[in-house]
Amino acid sequence: MTFDRGRLLRMSLPLLVGLLFLVGWEVFVRVYAMPVYILPGPIRIAQRLVEEWGTLSDSLLVTLQVTFGALLFAILGGGGLAVLFAQSKWIEASFFPYAVILQVTPIIAIAPLILIYIRNTEVALLVCAWIVAFFPILSNTTLGLNSVDPNFLDLMQLYRAKRWQVLWFLRMPGAMPYFLGGLKIAGGLSLIGAVVAEFTAGTATAGTGLAYRILESSYRLDIPRMYAGLVLLSLTGVLIFAAFSFLSWLLLHRWHDSAAKREG
Amino acid sequence: MDMQTTSSLVRLRQVDKTFSNGTVAIKGLDLDLRAGSFTSLLGPSGCGKSTALRMIAGLASPSSGSVDWVGVRPELGFVFQEPTLMPWRTVWGNVFLPLRIAGVSRREAEPRIADALARVGLTGFEKSYPRQLSGGMKMRVSIARALVTRPALLLMDEPFAALDEITRSRLNDDLLQVWQAERLTIGFVTHSVFESVFLSDRILVMAARPGRVVADIAIDAPYPRTEDFRTTDIYNHYCRVVSQALKQAMGGHHDL
Repeated sequence: MTFDRGRLLRMSLPLLVGLLFLVGWEVFVRVYAMPVYILPGPIRIAQRLVEEWGTLSDSLLVTLQVTFGALLFAILGGGGLAVLFAQSKWIEASFFPYAVILQVTPIIAIAPLILIYIRNTEVALLVCAWIVAFFPILSNTTLGLNSVDPNFLDLMQLYRAKRWQVLWFLRMPGAMPYFLGGLKIAGGLSLIGAVVAEFTAGTATAGTGLAYRILESSYRLDIPRMYAGLVLLSLTGVLIFAAFSFLSWLLLHRWHDSAAKREG
Repeated sequence: MDMQTTSSLVRLRQVDKTFSNGTVAIKGLDLDLRAGSFTSLLGPSGCGKSTALRMIAGLASPSSGSVDWVGVRPELGFVFQEPTLMPWRTVWGNVFLPLRIAGVSRREAEPRIADALARVGLTGFEKSYPRQLSGGMKMRVSIARALVTRPALLLMDEPFAALDEITRSRLNDDLLQVWQAERLTIGFVTHSVFESVFLSDRILVMAARPGRVVADIAIDAPYPRTEDFRTTDIYNHYCRVVSQALKQAMGGHHDL
């Protein structure tokens, strides 16, 4: 009973805050008669979203393709590199700094260069989003693969486990919570990466992603449409995060403290 | 006693162990584990008893001296102070692990796992995850995992030190039953005089700085030993003898 009430409050409180904010916004816009090309109210934005749904949803699909493509490669690349790093301290020491450099250099500054060197815009977008998304997976998974209780390593030695067996039976399952933590971050980042790259490419090429639509709307002073695109982007980000949180719960709830319910 | 109980299984001769930080953990250690015996290594912390056990298991190597097996090295089971269970594997999965790594098929492993779990009284908990179990039950899983490979030698490094008194004495009873049923050799590290006297037929008392064996005491009391054994004169007698030896090993600073 108390649990259900707590859950209900947890779900409804943020919704209430959101609703109040939207109502306040609408009232503000109407009371001060804000021009629509400066600040449209939420109702106007919703209308625009419905009117433009055909174009915007097509663009959303394009952006999602880049996002998930980048994320897939981030999982393969980040996870694969982490496994490689776990094989030898020397490999890790040699390459990890470069992964850090790739991560800390703002993508917005590299994107134009990537767009110059890679002719195919879609591939270029993918690369940009990948650069942003792969690092959290790499660093988290590396940390996870190295965070092994030495007793377990003794156990593996007693069983005469081969290197791949230690990896498969011990290091990889142990790194799973770390990997999933990285995935949650990477999901959001790959969307950001895709949008940033689209913005950069948007002015130069005939891109059709959601970011391009937002830019296009700004050139036309169609501010409600800008907001509509923005709303779609945010919702997508939230959905991606929710999906990976659920995946994480699905994989961990039976054994990991982060996801398991306290018993008794 | 038959011949088997008196022949050595493994011999440590003049073993030294110096850690990389320069600490001399063990110096001139001579130690035998006799086939079929329940031998306890008893001593204060820092006397190198765990290190000696790890060297027998091959988890550490001596700086000098030798660890010799009489005949071929037998199948080993090792139980750590912590249950060391993989939290993502069920009880069944944890006990299966050593067989899985050795390439034993699931079907072949099935009866052996059931048998090992039955021996430690965990039948019915196959599908539980370690986090759902109490400390004593986790330790039982750990023992089942050590037994599933059918070891001839079971090495236990203070396995019950973190458990409460009641759980501990129950596990002691069960361990003795397993030992007698399987005709195992057990090497048992502990710092409890009571536990070592209750369990062992032989106690090696070790001293610290540097670690070495200072007394070799045979506990000449019949098995099976039950809870009643704890109230007998012979038990009390050996507790006095052993703690006297431990006191000397510690330079007279030990109170029972």
